[in-house]
Amino acid sequence: MPRVRTKVDGVTYEDEVEPRLLLVHYLRERLGKVGTPVGCDTTNCGACTVLMDGLSVKSCSVLAVQADGHEITTVEGLGRGGELHPMQRAFHEEHALQCGYCTPGMIMAAIDLLRENPDPSDAEIRRGLEGNLCRCTGYQNIVRAVRRAAAEMRAGGDADAPAVPRPEAEVTP
Amino acid sequence: MTETVVRREIGSPRRRTEDARLITGRTQWTDNLQLPGMCHVAFLRSPHAHARITHVDVSEALERPGVIAAFSGADFAAEQGGLPCAWVVTEDMKHPEHPPMAVERVRYVGEPVACVVARDRYAAADALEAIDVDYEPLPVVTDMERALADGADLVHEELGTNASYTWTFENGDIDAALRDAPVLLERRYVQQRLIPTAMEPRAVVCAPDGDGFTLWSATQIPHILRLMLATVTGIPEHRLRVIAPDVGGGFGSKLQVYGEEVLALLLARRLGRPVKWTESRSEGNLAVHHGRDQIQRLTLAAEQDGTIRGLKVELLADMGAYLMLVTPGVPLLGAFMFNGIYKMDAYSFTCTGVFTNKTPTDAYRGAGRPEATFAIERLMDELAAELGLDPIEVRRRNWIRHEEFPYETIAGLTYDSGNYEAATERALQLLEYDKLRAEQADRRKRGDTVQLGIGVSTYTEMCGLAPSRVLGSLSYGAGGWEHASVRVLPSGKVEVVTGSSAHGQGHETAWAQITADRLGVPFEDVRVLHGDTSVSPKGMDTYGSRSLAVGGIALVNACDKVIDKARKVAAHLLEASEEDVEFTDGGFRVRGVPGEAKTLQEVAAAAFAAHDLPEGMEPSLDADATFDPENFSFPHGTHLCAVEVDTETGFVRIRSYVAVDDVGRVVNPLIVEGQVHGGLAQGIAQALYEEAVYDEAGNLTTTTMADYLIPSAADLPDFTTDRTETPATTNPLGVKGVGEAGTIAATPAVVNAIVDALRPYGVRDVPMPCTPERVWRALNPQGGAE
Repeated sequence: MPRVRTKVDGVTYEDEVEPRLLLVHYLRERLGKVGTPVGCDTTNCGACTVLMDGLSVKSCSVLAVQADGHEITTVEGLGRGGELHPMQRAFHEEHALQCGYCTPGMIMAAIDLLRENPDPSDAEIRRGLEGNLCRCTGYQNIVRAVRRAAAEMRAGGDADAPAVPRPEAEVTP
Repeated sequence: MTETVVRREIGSPRRRTEDARLITGRTQWTDNLQLPGMCHVAFLRSPHAHARITHVDVSEALERPGVIAAFSGADFAAEQGGLPCAWVVTEDMKHPEHPPMAVERVRYVGEPVACVVARDRYAAADALEAIDVDYEPLPVVTDMERALADGADLVHEELGTNASYTWTFENGDIDAALRDAPVLLERRYVQQRLIPTAMEPRAVVCAPDGDGFTLWSATQIPHILRLMLATVTGIPEHRLRVIAPDVGGGFGSKLQVYGEEVLALLLARRLGRPVKWTESRSEGNLAVHHGRDQIQRLTLAAEQDGTIRGLKVELLADMGAYLMLVTPGVPLLGAFMFNGIYKMDAYSFTCTGVFTNKTPTDAYRGAGRPEATFAIERLMDELAAELGLDPIEVRRRNWIRHEEFPYETIAGLTYDSGNYEAATERALQLLEYDKLRAEQADRRKRGDTVQLGIGVSTYTEMCGLAPSRVLGSLSYGAGGWEHASVRVLPSGKVEVVTGSSAHGQGHETAWAQITADRLGVPFEDVRVLHGDTSVSPKGMDTYGSRSLAVGGIALVNACDKVIDKARKVAAHLLEASEEDVEFTDGGFRVRGVPGEAKTLQEVAAAAFAAHDLPEGMEPSLDADATFDPENFSFPHGTHLCAVEVDTETGFVRIRSYVAVDDVGRVVNPLIVEGQVHGGLAQGIAQALYEEAVYDEAGNLTTTTMADYLIPSAADLPDFTTDRTETPATTNPLGVKGVGEAGTIAATPAVVNAIVDALRPYGVRDVPMPCTPERVWRALNPQGGAE
């Protein structure tokens, strides 16, 4: 079985895995990183979104072996020293979640959206999160939250921004 | 009763307590559970919509690596019982056996026929292909109208018919109304089948636990589920503990007793070890119950001035292949709502429940009421068009005026309160109705290829399910009360236990707000516990917008009992008579004696120590209350939708959407607004996007999220929401419930808007979902160029 070496939320792991093992199942069932849930089996819903070297990926459509040598950030790895990431704070403040099942993926996708576009319009936020489905909120408060986090992160500069590694190079999983 | 309570928390937009774990990934979903020795279950499901099972062989699956056991339905035939239907709506209702795992026949694609238990989920899924099943296909029934025709093939041969029941209600002389009225509208509307699609797929874990079992499930109804599991399996109720941990949405789909839950329990018993089953989305689309699916034949009789005389409703409701927990009752919840907010002299309602070879239907957000509201609100727009009246005006001429409450409707309900005028006035302002009508006229005159339409929906709903005596009169299998207990701990902190079972609604926050106000303690000092039958032994769970209007009142009553007891203790400590002690702002004082006071915390400590209590008083400061509502609650509101329809492509864009809702007194405006937004999204989705599609052979062709289109952020507009506040008069908080309002109101608002845009083209209906193709076909009934 192939060996994979990954760093997940700052911790290095090395494991033998079945070649077909999905990254999300590796995270959930081998590493106990159950903060990242699974909402579908066709990569439509985005609930399992994580960052791989700073770029968002749906971890149900990445094999664990493809994560070899890469750094993964899940919702559990956000924030620093007990402080919430500005995006987490904004989701709370704007009531951008109800059942919360889509929330980990939504937050990770939104962080990646702001990496590409630090000051998105509402329409750009809506388009940018098209790959993440929510059944509870009707999205309006999610859009508000992303706008709020964007303002806060722009104002705070990089120093306060998230403990998310910057991408060094584009990664094609 | 307590004296005036200082309102600090109720009405304030508290950020939610439950968010802390949800935004950090510390949530406990059922699928997160890992128990020592736990094995994984996978189900083999029928690929046929109707077939006889002639042979099942699981032996090869048992040889696969990691496989611990494999079973067919026959292996559990003696112990699996039948899945329950708790709502026998008529004495002669046909109620077929529904084994959790099929034994002799399968009747819909996706019905479980066998299962594998393996070391991990991959091994279990792999081994399914090694199970050998022989089927003898039988004729398939998918269409309700054909299912009722003479000589139709039968879903259940032994019943001799595809009709499960026919239920009727009549009030007033409907025949006279239809005969004499100068205006008669006849319409046929189809409520397409929907898939509820909670974001968390179903999951269940069951573990042997001493002389009983603990079962975790992604369910809305841990209490009902426990009782039903005991009934179905014969395992005594007190040996079962059911836990609904964090649950990722339900919308009715988790108001169910599923075969997979029963089988998880039976597998844990047979194997003596914990088992887990988690569905995939594609599996869930086949096997989670569906919603809606009605054919409505409607006849509305009115005067020339628009006054409604009578309404006749003839429904066919698709039950799917079996009756599940409340399947037959769902369309009947609509029976009391087809009259909407209007006055009329005569009303008749007939509903026939029809079996087809499709996934069973059951409650989906609104459950019967969206269907009814769609019908009456579409009819009101049709009536306005027929008479050349403004759709608002025709409603004004018929609705119950605010001074007429309480009002007994033609359907036999008593609406306690409402102010349709105020909500409508506010909505018209927010939409800038007159301005949009002017723009519409201008576009029509110019022959613009993009036409503007304005849709109106003035809805009400019955929620706060339900007065037990009413449920009894409808032959429902249980009561509609709710339970709460409030425990003031020795340190003065407060634990609240509720029988409501939140799965996204925010009860941990709202219940703490209510308790903080009622007991005069800080919000942070209250913790709300729910969703575990060992922690919360009594409850009727969460559905039908009932939690606040029923469970919230049980909580208020429990708090009041705590204060009553605390007052006795305080009076004793203050050496005053109980009548002289008042409770204000978290403290007990002797009336007219300033200064001396006992806080609730001091009283709790005294009640715990029990060193010096009034004669005969039991130690500790806690109370239980069970509340059974005297009436339903009736939220209402006015929703206005403006759409732009491209007459060349059929594409519909929602330009603006205004929702003014009256949900009575509001505990947390943030949560209320969120519920409205989410409800609107689902209502709009029925109008524009979603449909569970079956082919002629009974295959569901929308099994994935790529085919069954729940809207994304890019598909929905920003909503403009506001509220009017007419308190309910039937409960002490004046609350009504908000969970279903948006979904009930939105669908007809959107479709009315589309039809309004296209009336100059002779269009008077577009079937749902109003996809570009369907809109285009409505505009081009002759087909046009391909």
